[in-house]
Amino acid sequence: MTEPAIHLHELCKTYRVPERESGMGAALKSLFHRRMQDIKAVDRLTFDLSPGEIVGFLGPNGAGKTTTLKMLSGLLHPTGGEGTVLGSIPWKRERPFLRQITLVMGQRNQLVWDIPAADSFELNRVIYRLSSTDFRHTLNELTELLDLGPLLKKPVRNLSLGERMKCEIAAALLHRPQVVFLDEPTIGLDVTMQRRIRAFIAEYNRRSGATVLLTSHYMADVAALCKRVIVIHHGRLLFDGDLSALVQQFTAHKTIVVQLEDCHADLHTYGEVINCEDGRFTLRVPKAQTAHVTERLLADLPVIDLLVEDPPIEEVIDQVFTQEAA
Amino acid sequence: MNALREILALLRLYSQQFKTTFASMVQYRISLFIWMISQILEPLVYLIVWSTVSNSSGGSVGGYTARGFAAYYLVLMLVNQFTYTWIMWEYEYRVRQGLLSFALLKPVHPIHSDISDNLSSKIITLPILMFVAAGLALIFKPTAAFNWWAGLVFIPALILAFLVRFLIEWTLALAAFWTTRVNAINQVYFILMLFLAGQIAPLTLFPNWLQIVADILPFRWMLGFPVELLLGRLSHAQALLGLAAQFAWVIISLVLIRVIWRAGVRVYSAVGA
Repeated sequence: MTEPAIHLHELCKTYRVPERESGMGAALKSLFHRRMQDIKAVDRLTFDLSPGEIVGFLGPNGAGKTTTLKMLSGLLHPTGGEGTVLGSIPWKRERPFLRQITLVMGQRNQLVWDIPAADSFELNRVIYRLSSTDFRHTLNELTELLDLGPLLKKPVRNLSLGERMKCEIAAALLHRPQVVFLDEPTIGLDVTMQRRIRAFIAEYNRRSGATVLLTSHYMADVAALCKRVIVIHHGRLLFDGDLSALVQQFTAHKTIVVQLEDCHADLHTYGEVINCEDGRFTLRVPKAQTAHVTERLLADLPVIDLLVEDPPIEEVIDQVFTQEAA
Repeated sequence: MNALREILALLRLYSQQFKTTFASMVQYRISLFIWMISQILEPLVYLIVWSTVSNSSGGSVGGYTARGFAAYYLVLMLVNQFTYTWIMWEYEYRVRQGLLSFALLKPVHPIHSDISDNLSSKIITLPILMFVAAGLALIFKPTAAFNWWAGLVFIPALILAFLVRFLIEWTLALAAFWTTRVNAINQVYFILMLFLAGQIAPLTLFPNWLQIVADILPFRWMLGFPVELLLGRLSHAQALLGLAAQFAWVIISLVLIRVIWRAGVRVYSAVGA
């Protein structure tokens, strides 16, 4: 049993925020007496990540994903529970720990706006105390993988969003961190660039063996990169396991697509008809009845083709969160 | 051996930061130019006002002739440039934009990039300002009782003045951790600086009790003291006492920074970075 790269046990973060009603009177009152409200951003979160794993960290906005990542990278102090990353307590922010991790925030930039990315990279080189050889080597590798060549000499403010993100990611990886936290690394990027970044993350993980914890709103990112997902909602753990098991656990339905010769058949006795086009019917049936319905369809109707599918992953995730809310 | 390695690593950081600062500064030549004009105009206005006052009240005010004021304000312009920082605005912006998170992720104390950034910008702007001061000297013909001893002590006094001012302002800048209304604090600070550091007038023109207040507070040691020293207006005892006061303020502010920085980071990491 190897030691986990990331370990959380009952980790909690509660924010105290001033509570105030709107209006002049309430504003005046709050001058003298502030009512505070506790918001549980992260509520007794427990999970482990093995070295080298890529795990998708999912949840709707405000679920506590970013708060968790910030605690694990040492920016936030938890209000309860324990956590270690590579054996260190992150919020002590010890230098050997900081040298081994990185946090990429898709919505924020660390690169100096007015100068070329190459200059910011040099600054990171001296901050992380990298030898010239190591630095050159890593930079060449990142340049090749991310196709940075033409971007490095341009002032960052002249780069497009996607180009800037590639440089941000490179800047965050120059010191070859063993643990990589990625918070929405593909946000706002077009599909091609998303795919590019995704392929890079997979390749980086393969080459470096780094542990990656990734949040994303794009299920395609998660489906392509992560075998395992952790789902949280209202700061609580909802699911931790294989992506395919998530689908199993949270979908009560399967989709059956049947191609018939007869375009006008009425299939509503078999299941809920979601779509019908030129004799191609899409049915939604309870999971337990899938086999039975399929059997009946094949027996009763002139079926040309039949396909049983799980619903798309977005739909599953959406269902997970609405179920929880209900 | 370890300490030596630390120092070398910091030196590399400082020299790299110099390149970055230089590259950023030349991107904004126009705003740099406008900013330098304001740095020149302010002491120039005081210089003209006080020269006029001095001429109309029989040639001297509080021991300063018109040309004495010229010397005072031209040296003040240079010392001010050398010790000036903009860190208090910078911090408010950093905290508001969440930029501090990146600084906290780095395995080095963020004060180092700030010190080197400040020093770098001075290396770039000082020569220009010295050139301007030399030009103004031709017009206003300053005189001072300059002596070599004062010139020699001036150098450590200037460096200490920079350190005191930088460390105090860096500490004050940390107020941004607690409040978003940093501007109010900055305003109070600049008023105090204006009167108690010798900006609006040399401190010897003030009533005695105010001079005592100025001696106790740090402001004089950030600006007025090195100016008076270079102009030969201080006795040896006053000069040495001044250096001691500066040194004490460096120690005090270092302790303050340590305490307040830790508390500030604790607040930052409690309410959301």
